[in-house]
Amino acid sequence: MSFELDRVGLIHDAGQAQGQRALRAVSIKVARGERLAIIGPSGAGKTTLLRILASSIRPTEGRVSVLGNNPWQLNGSKLRQLRSRIGFIHQAPPIPPRQRAITAVLAGRLGQWPWWKSALSLIYPADIAGPRDQLARLDLADRLFDRCDRLSGGQLQRVGVARVLYQAPDLLLADEPVSAMDPALADLTVSQLHQEAQSRGVTLVASLHAVDIALRWFPRVIGLKAGELVFDLPPEKVSEGVLRDLYASETGVLPSQDNQPFHLAFEGHAVDEAPAGRGQVPVAPPRVI
Amino acid sequence: MSHSVAQPRLRDPDARRRAGWALLALLALWPLVQIAEFRPVDLFDARNLAVMGGFLGQFFPPNLSGEFLVFVLKATIETLAMATAGTALAMLLALPLGLVLTHSLSVSRIGPGPDRSVGEAIRALARMVLLILRGIPELVWALLLVRAFGLGPAAGVLAIGLTYGGMLGKVYSEIMESGDTRPARVLLETGSGRLMAFFYGLLPGAAQELASYTIYRWECAVRASVIMGFVGAGGLGQLMDQSMKMLNGGEVSTILIVFLLLVLLADALSVFLRKLLA
Ligand SMILES: Nc1ncnc2c1ncn2[C@@H]1O[C@H](COP(=O)(O)OP(=O)(O)OP(=O)(O)O)[C@@H](O)[C@H]1O
Ligand SMILES: [Mg+2]
Repeated sequence: MSFELDRVGLIHDAGQAQGQRALRAVSIKVARGERLAIIGPSGAGKTTLLRILASSIRPTEGRVSVLGNNPWQLNGSKLRQLRSRIGFIHQAPPIPPRQRAITAVLAGRLGQWPWWKSALSLIYPADIAGPRDQLARLDLADRLFDRCDRLSGGQLQRVGVARVLYQAPDLLLADEPVSAMDPALADLTVSQLHQEAQSRGVTLVASLHAVDIALRWFPRVIGLKAGELVFDLPPEKVSEGVLRDLYASETGVLPSQDNQPFHLAFEGHAVDEAPAGRGQVPVAPPRVI
Repeated sequence: MSHSVAQPRLRDPDARRRAGWALLALLALWPLVQIAEFRPVDLFDARNLAVMGGFLGQFFPPNLSGEFLVFVLKATIETLAMATAGTALAMLLALPLGLVLTHSLSVSRIGPGPDRSVGEAIRALARMVLLILRGIPELVWALLLVRAFGLGPAAGVLAIGLTYGGMLGKVYSEIMESGDTRPARVLLETGSGRLMAFFYGLLPGAAQELASYTIYRWECAVRASVIMGFVGAGGLGQLMDQSMKMLNGGEVSTILIVFLLLVLLADALSVFLRKLLA
């Protein structure tokens, strides 16, 4: 079991009068090595759900188990160990603008390195080949020694992805990891995430605003709406009707990576040409679970 | 169709609260100005102007004789040494205390997790230590320490180190808190330690501000060391004390010019460091 949520609910700022309910009674079980996408409209609770899995917020209700532990029953050092095994790709990469790309990538291992190694790495990078290789996977190797404030939004987002790839976590969480990228780059990045998850047999959970990417790449798709889990299906079972309900879209336009009108291929609508069949992974076919 | 959602009122809901606070601040200020007997018109009263002019006149011309300049140079070096050593000591105190105080570097606040109350207790303790350090004026520290170390710069260095350590620690943590704290928080969330979260997450964004504030405090330390000099800690202050006692205005103005130059130097250093760290 990679993680399990049992009727998890969350109210942001629960103590205060204006507490915002972000999640209500969400239950999911995910086995090690599964790859799933979370989709849903803005404010549905996707980020909140991922942050609960990262054990960076504590749920108000329900039970969480991540990598075999209830994070909120661990002591300080065990919790820190658990967190160092979880990688989180943030929608807006939280990287200081004055930091170089290589340092930002190396920071992925701070939870694993002894402090003296991290300290020495401030003077001279502890590892150059590693960050270079991870950036190369995302077509960014030439910016290794550039400062992050000289990078474009999409490039910075890839540095954030490279950091988590370099961390090599046991649970890979990604919050809209390709929101600042064009469709080709988005495909490259998602394919690298899948390759990482498959080659090391770790779990990948990605929230996505582009429905087309979710359906094309992920063997399991979860729909979240107003904090509630509305479906948990393999992509071929996700019908146009289900999606319309999810996004409350009356015009029939669903969000996609290239902002072109998106329709499901199998329902006989105009086909948004995918590099591979829906639900299949071009790098390697999804494992049958 | 779902138009059941209530339209938000087209009025700023916070406006009344803001106006209330502004009014309260003004009401609080007025009696304080009265108590301080602040009457700016007095400054331009003809009689007062004449008295001030007479006082300033004694300072002219500055004493630039070679013999005196040698004294000034020696005293300047002593003052710079005192201020620099004091500020370095202050930094040594302030960095660890400031880091402890910084909320955005607290692991136990995430969640909140285990040991939250321990963390809060340590933070409260650090806050108290900083409060005591800076709450006691450096002059009082100096008068106290002169009794232990005798006359000379050592007491001044320690006095500056203690008071300024308290100030630096507080402001360091506020600077770190006011920048973008997400990078550090995210590092803590992936298991990084507090110190490394500071170096990799906060320092790149805060280095400029930390450096300029430290240089500014160094500048203040130069001035503070003058006051220490009056109580026997050596340097320009002691020289100034002697000149004043001998009613030698020319010497006093030479020393004042040196002060202006030192402040100018601090300013240039600050600009240089900010460029370097940009
Ligand atoms: N720190 C916070 N404090 C208070 N409310 C919050 C906080 N973070 C999120 N919320 C609220 O919780 C709800 C869910 O937010 P969340 O960020 O999980 O949505 P999301 O699905 O990730 O949306 P998006 O697609 O826009 O990123 C929203 O109503 C939001 O206003
Ligand atoms: Mg979000």
